[in-house]
Amino acid sequence: MSRLRNVSADVVVIGGGPAGIAAASRASEAGKRVLVLDEAPHLGGQIWRHLHRESLPAKARDWLDRLDRSGAEGLTETSVVDLRPGEVLGVRWNEEIRVRAPRVIMATGARELFLPFPGWTLPNVMGVGGVQALAKSGASVAGKRVALAGAGPLVLPVAAALAKAGARLVAVADRTPASRILRFSASLAGRPADLWQGVRYRAAFSGTRYRWGTWVVSAAGEDRVREVTFTGGGRTWTEPVDILGAAAGLIPNTELARLAGCEVTNGVVVVDRMQRTSRVDVWCAGEPTGVGGVDLAVSEGEVAGLDAAGQSVPAGLLTVRDAGRAYARRLDEAFRLDPVGLPPPETIVCRCEDVPCSAFDKGWTMRQAKLYTRAGMGPCQGRVCGAALHAMFGWAPDSVRSPLVPTPVASLISTLESSDATA
Amino acid sequence: MARTLSILVDGRLLEVPEGITVAAALLNAGESAFRDSVSGKPRGPVCGMGICFECRVTIDGAPGRRACLERVSPGMRVTTRE
Repeated sequence: MSRLRNVSADVVVIGGGPAGIAAASRASEAGKRVLVLDEAPHLGGQIWRHLHRESLPAKARDWLDRLDRSGAEGLTETSVVDLRPGEVLGVRWNEEIRVRAPRVIMATGARELFLPFPGWTLPNVMGVGGVQALAKSGASVAGKRVALAGAGPLVLPVAAALAKAGARLVAVADRTPASRILRFSASLAGRPADLWQGVRYRAAFSGTRYRWGTWVVSAAGEDRVREVTFTGGGRTWTEPVDILGAAAGLIPNTELARLAGCEVTNGVVVVDRMQRTSRVDVWCAGEPTGVGGVDLAVSEGEVAGLDAAGQSVPAGLLTVRDAGRAYARRLDEAFRLDPVGLPPPETIVCRCEDVPCSAFDKGWTMRQAKLYTRAGMGPCQGRVCGAALHAMFGWAPDSVRSPLVPTPVASLISTLESSDATA
Repeated sequence: MARTLSILVDGRLLEVPEGITVAAALLNAGESAFRDSVSGKPRGPVCGMGICFECRVTIDGAPGRRACLERVSPGMRVTTRE
């Protein structure tokens, strides 16, 4: 049966990606006892996901080394299921972790927005970042025919990395209209490093066309995806594939913030100049405050870590953070999602409960959709279909409840019992 | 070269590199379908980061484990499509 482990810290950081690593390092360097919780087997998050630290870029290695030196503790393979005043509850295999900590920094990152199309439930249809994450976790793409359909700046580095890993890129597409991508690219003249990086990524898959204003119509196959039909640039065509990576950009993970009662507006956690949320004991850094990429996440993490540790934040750091935020707004504008049409009626929308598009009435709310169809009631708790339904019908997300991830019943019982015992 | 270890997937012995995830090991072994959906359709990993729960398998008797979040370990028994 499950065991309960009690730990304490001055600051608990939830999420061990760039923002969480920077926050934890800064707070720990300031003398605080810091604990970082993360679901993955290694700290690093998605962008710094790795099997071997040597394989990472210098900035990632430097921060992971700095975190080690800072003395902050990391607890991986731990899912946070609840956040109560003064304590965070996690589950690690059959062990429950109760972290008593007066201050919490949320650095829960972002996930991909998946838009349903016929065949998107077939095995080997993944996200754009999904293919990348699996490849970074040891899945081989060498010799595989891979098609990518995305939206935004993630497509380029993923295409480049997969090409480098030996994948045969049969199609690389972005659903954003060419006019907006061109305008955005032109605006990068003031950011030569980013422009140069983009050129380098593009060169890595120079044998494949990078098609803008192009998206997936459908995927087909029996046991797994075998072919993908695209449309864009006035034509519709089909490519044979082994793997399709398709996602319409990134969206912030705000479930924990909403569970904690922090103010969330337009899908992002509201923070002040010091990354403080509307809850006095909770800070937030990185993608949940608005998707902005790794450099912004690091500077936000640094600000949050220093402030949560009671240190003053250097003006230079705030300037860097603000410049990153301004750039993120430009990215957001350039790659914003155009109105999304509905897929054919038989297309599955909720993958956990296999609910087709025809089951929904556009006059409903998300709560009604859940009650009438069970959409969003499965293990992912609407993390996939909730965002899709929001994009398709404009429905605001339903309220969030604990446990945040499915938890063995035994775990919850012993947590409740121990809480009662100490009450 | 990375050291390897052995895991048992649906009764089949696989030699896999140390440190990779269960999801990566299964994909490398040609397993695309990790589970069957409520209406009996094959499903495999989508997000690769623990969000979508499509990659859940039974690991050492524990059902519903996310294969993308678990590293392989020596002698691990994995059952798909349960």
